[in-house]
Amino acid sequence: MNIMSETAVEKALDRKMNDISFKMIGKDVSVYYGDKRALYDVNLDVRENTVTALIGPSGCGKSTFLRTLNRMNDTIDGCRVTGRITLDGEDIYDPAIDVVELRARVGMVFQKPNPFPKSIYENVAYGPRIHGLAKTKADMDAIVERSLQKAGLWNEVKDRLDEGGTGLSGGQQQRLCIARAVAVSPEVILMDEPCSALDPIATARVEELIHELSANFTIVIVTHSMQQAARVSQRTAMFHLGNLVEENDTDKMFTNPDDQRTQDYIMGRFG
Amino acid sequence: MSISLLLLVIAAIGVAGYLFGSRRASALAGGRLSSLHSRPGYYGSFVAIWSVLPAVVVLLVWVVASPIYIGSTIRDGFPEAVKATSQAERNLGYNMIGAISRGLTVLTPDEREALFRDASVARGVLGARGVPLAADPAPYMLTAADDLNRMTKASRILLSIVAIAAALAGAVLSCRAVAPRFRARNRVEGVMLAGLVGASSIAILTTVGIVASMATEAVHFFNAVPAWEFFFGTVWDPRFAAAGASGSSGQFGLIPLLAGTLYIGFVAMLVAVPVGLFAAVYMSEYASRTVRSVAKPLLEVLAGIPTIVYGFFALVTVGPFLRDLSAELNGLVTGNYASFIQAQSVLTAGIVMGIMLIPYVSSLSDDIITAVPRALRDGSLGLGATRSETIKRVILPAALPGIVGALLMTASRAIGETMIVVLAAGVAARMQLDPFEPMTTVTVKIVNQLTGDLEFTSPQTLVAFALGITLFVITLCLNIYALYIVRKYREQYE
Amino acid sequence: MSQVTTSPAAGIAARPERRDIGLGRRYAAERRFRLYGMAAIGFGLLMLFLLLASVVSKGYTAFQQTMITIPVEFSERIIDKTDPQKLVTANYPVVARDALARVLGVEETDRAGLKAVNGMISDSVRVQLRKLVTADPSIVGTTRTVTFLAHGDLDSAFKGQIDLSVPEDKRKVSDRQLGWMNQLAESGALSRSFNTGLFVNGASSRPEAAGLGVALVGSLYMMLIVLALSLPIGVAASIYLEEFAPKNRFTDIIEVNINNLAAVPSIVYGLLGLAVFVNFAGFPRSAALVGGLVLTLMTLPTIIIATRAALKAVPPSIRAAALGLGASRMQTVFHHVLPLAMPGILTGTIIGLAHALGETAPLLLIGMVAFVADVPATPMDPATALPVQIYMWANEAERAFVERTSGAIIVLLVFLILMNVGAILLRRRFERRW
Repeated sequence: MNIMSETAVEKALDRKMNDISFKMIGKDVSVYYGDKRALYDVNLDVRENTVTALIGPSGCGKSTFLRTLNRMNDTIDGCRVTGRITLDGEDIYDPAIDVVELRARVGMVFQKPNPFPKSIYENVAYGPRIHGLAKTKADMDAIVERSLQKAGLWNEVKDRLDEGGTGLSGGQQQRLCIARAVAVSPEVILMDEPCSALDPIATARVEELIHELSANFTIVIVTHSMQQAARVSQRTAMFHLGNLVEENDTDKMFTNPDDQRTQDYIMGRFG
Repeated sequence: MSISLLLLVIAAIGVAGYLFGSRRASALAGGRLSSLHSRPGYYGSFVAIWSVLPAVVVLLVWVVASPIYIGSTIRDGFPEAVKATSQAERNLGYNMIGAISRGLTVLTPDEREALFRDASVARGVLGARGVPLAADPAPYMLTAADDLNRMTKASRILLSIVAIAAALAGAVLSCRAVAPRFRARNRVEGVMLAGLVGASSIAILTTVGIVASMATEAVHFFNAVPAWEFFFGTVWDPRFAAAGASGSSGQFGLIPLLAGTLYIGFVAMLVAVPVGLFAAVYMSEYASRTVRSVAKPLLEVLAGIPTIVYGFFALVTVGPFLRDLSAELNGLVTGNYASFIQAQSVLTAGIVMGIMLIPYVSSLSDDIITAVPRALRDGSLGLGATRSETIKRVILPAALPGIVGALLMTASRAIGETMIVVLAAGVAARMQLDPFEPMTTVTVKIVNQLTGDLEFTSPQTLVAFALGITLFVITLCLNIYALYIVRKYREQYE
Repeated sequence: MSQVTTSPAAGIAARPERRDIGLGRRYAAERRFRLYGMAAIGFGLLMLFLLLASVVSKGYTAFQQTMITIPVEFSERIIDKTDPQKLVTANYPVVARDALARVLGVEETDRAGLKAVNGMISDSVRVQLRKLVTADPSIVGTTRTVTFLAHGDLDSAFKGQIDLSVPEDKRKVSDRQLGWMNQLAESGALSRSFNTGLFVNGASSRPEAAGLGVALVGSLYMMLIVLALSLPIGVAASIYLEEFAPKNRFTDIIEVNINNLAAVPSIVYGLLGLAVFVNFAGFPRSAALVGGLVLTLMTLPTIIIATRAALKAVPPSIRAAALGLGASRMQTVFHHVLPLAMPGILTGTIIGLAHALGETAPLLLIGMVAFVADVPATPMDPATALPVQIYMWANEAERAFVERTSGAIIVLLVFLILMNVGAILLRRRFERRW
């Protein structure tokens, strides 16, 4: 496992040497829930085709920040975002930006696997269908197959695409959710602790999947497991009490962080 | 001693028992209450319960049983000639004896004597005392009435003695049981628990009562009218079936009533389901907190308005409005200002019933929709679905079983609804498809058959119970199935 | 695992900058959908408004009644005070008619005029004057100022409810009567006053004399019976089911049973009451007692469901704390759980009572549709109930009864509103969040 992730990290580093392009840029992002402030002026840039891990103790604002990236915070009553977040240079909180289109470009995978109570096929086809991405049934079949393959689920479910998505095991369900997100062909995929409800073996499968996806997608992942952050990400951002403490290359972060608090957290002194 | 006085005496013994029991327990403890198993109050309650409970049971049994016993004794004493007459005649005689016996108690001794001397004056004498008799009593009735009075009096006295004895015996025996290690609390709590169990079995008793009472009367009805004529008859015309002439076919046909019930219910659901569902969806998915906090209770006001008010609304507002509207429309199109919607019609009753059902549909569906986990909503929104796409393609399909259950419950309410249809649907039992014409329902006919003079022997009255049990079975099936679906649905998301 | 690593890494190479995901069309659908929702709520609220507006606009005038106050000569010509029997049967309406005719200056020979005058006076004047005279026969031969009810049609006319554009012969009030009406109103002999009769009178075939007195008393009796029976029984049953009952078949059956009883059509309870209480147990028909018992059975499931919810809302930690101190289960329930659940139980009870107050159908079957003129002294006497009175008036054809019916509905709704507001206040005041 470790060997694999190290090679992957090297590959990613190579890529980074060649071109560093920022997919999403967050500037002075603050989030309020009613009167309560949950994020304090966070400045965090997300690199293209890179896995960025957000770590920190629970309640530190990492999930909140993740949800600002595709405006899922909009669905929470009394939530307010200030500052500026851009996707390819466009402010996503600009009134002219359409949230539906934004979410089609910035997909999301949630903490608990949440397949719809429909068949496996319909789960994956849902996104392309609402966005009208497939002209014909054959197109749709192709998208579903490709997405399931990318999520590494194809071989396991190809004979029972008509069965309910909720009948799969937890790990399969989560990969189905990833396939569902991939099917829309987003540019960025946000993952909110995608493995927290899974057992270690299923977790390993999903982590591998994240690796592979990072070739084509920009991925931001929230995790409370530092080992996971170390395994899957190239960049890591450390949050604490609503502040961004440090953002760095993952291997630097875990060997020689700049900030004392990061050091303490990684060494397990708090959290 | 009258029953109420007797109850008072028993209660007094109970109170005395309580005080005595708790004092005795305290005295036994000798100031160290902790040496008692239970607090003194429990010993008191224990004694009180044993004083009151057996006495009251004796009282109840006696009150029910003694009239039966006395009645049969009196009947046994009837002259042989009377015994030979029919059951109905003997009953009539017995009823008159009852009336005379009541009358005898208010007479002066002189009047009494006159009465026994000559039975033919009885009617006049008793009538003057405010006890009217249907006919002149036979002499044997007077003596029987006198016997009845004597036996009743004796029974009362005996009852008083037995009941008070039971109370005192209970008090004394239970007092002797009081001892420091005696578990008075457990005993008292046992009785309380029995009371609680008794209270909850009332629910069962009610159901048994409903089924048994309606089934018995319905069986009487089916003795007069064959069941298949009732269930499959297509003509409802009870008036022409003169009492006894039960052979004539099809006059108690359920089908037209059922057709009307279902038709009106269908129109009502046609109004209530879209409005209620959309209202529920808007409330749970779109409305801001302020809108929700105002609109939701206001809509629920509709559910709190008594159905008689809806009936009146249909009768004086909606019905005439539809009639006049149809006249105007007809006039505009054909030039003939004749209304084609009648004031009492399937449409009127259906629309008003639909309005009444809106809050049922909306609040039941609202519960069901909010039970859909937030994760599904987020999953869909996270893929870039709009709210309405999320609702139509994810939430409603996920909530479908629950919503179907909710709609079945609403439908059962529509079928059982009475006052709106009584006032707005009409009374003509017809089978037709025009919603602008009046039709009638099962509930309307139950009310029709049971208002006014009742004869529990005529099929005209008894048919109401056959209709009632039909209605009960239909709504029961709908409800049980709906509850089953909803329960399954909730388990899925728990 | 191997399958993932070998899966084709075919990326989505050239993604177009902006995909067409049909936003315009989809947002139009979104707006439409939203509109349907708003329309649905709007429709519901509109109907509520129409319902209330229809009742209030037709009924608010019922709280005022047109009265005529004139000097009445208790002429010995008409009232023969020598014989008490004749004192009762005297032709009192003529006394009132003549008095009014004198005020209006109608000649005694003008038969049509006298008939029209008579048409302005309520029939209830007979009873009213008879009472005056039998109470004090000495007033015969004197002239007293008496206030009596105007005829229902005149009442409608005075309240402006009669369409004057209708030809006279199709109206219930003639032009001549209208002229007199205005004349009397100017002189102050005819005026509107608060309609106390609506709240105290019993049944009457004359709308102007009909009142809710019997119905209010009947409903009061029934509510007291329902409260006295259903609250203790309902609470006891809920405590057993929620706190003591083992999970077995028996309690399962009770559970399903209660849920079903709550959904049984109310008319079925009427059949039950008729068969069991009236036919089998021999209670009097039309009595408030039977009505109360039937409504009790009907309300019980509602109260049990509400009470169980209230008991369930008390957190288990409270029970654990009490049990941990050595309290018995019975003590735990009665000392701790029940008091904490009381606000919820009372709220549920009030709502159940409000429901019972408005219930009509079962009462029709046990014979409460009765013409009862005297206020029932005990729950065993014949009585009607508020909603039943509404039903009976709704079936009357006369215009003035529509006003009366609406007025009665307003009274009923006011009671219901008061009860519900009470329930809401209770909940607000004592609501506890765990």
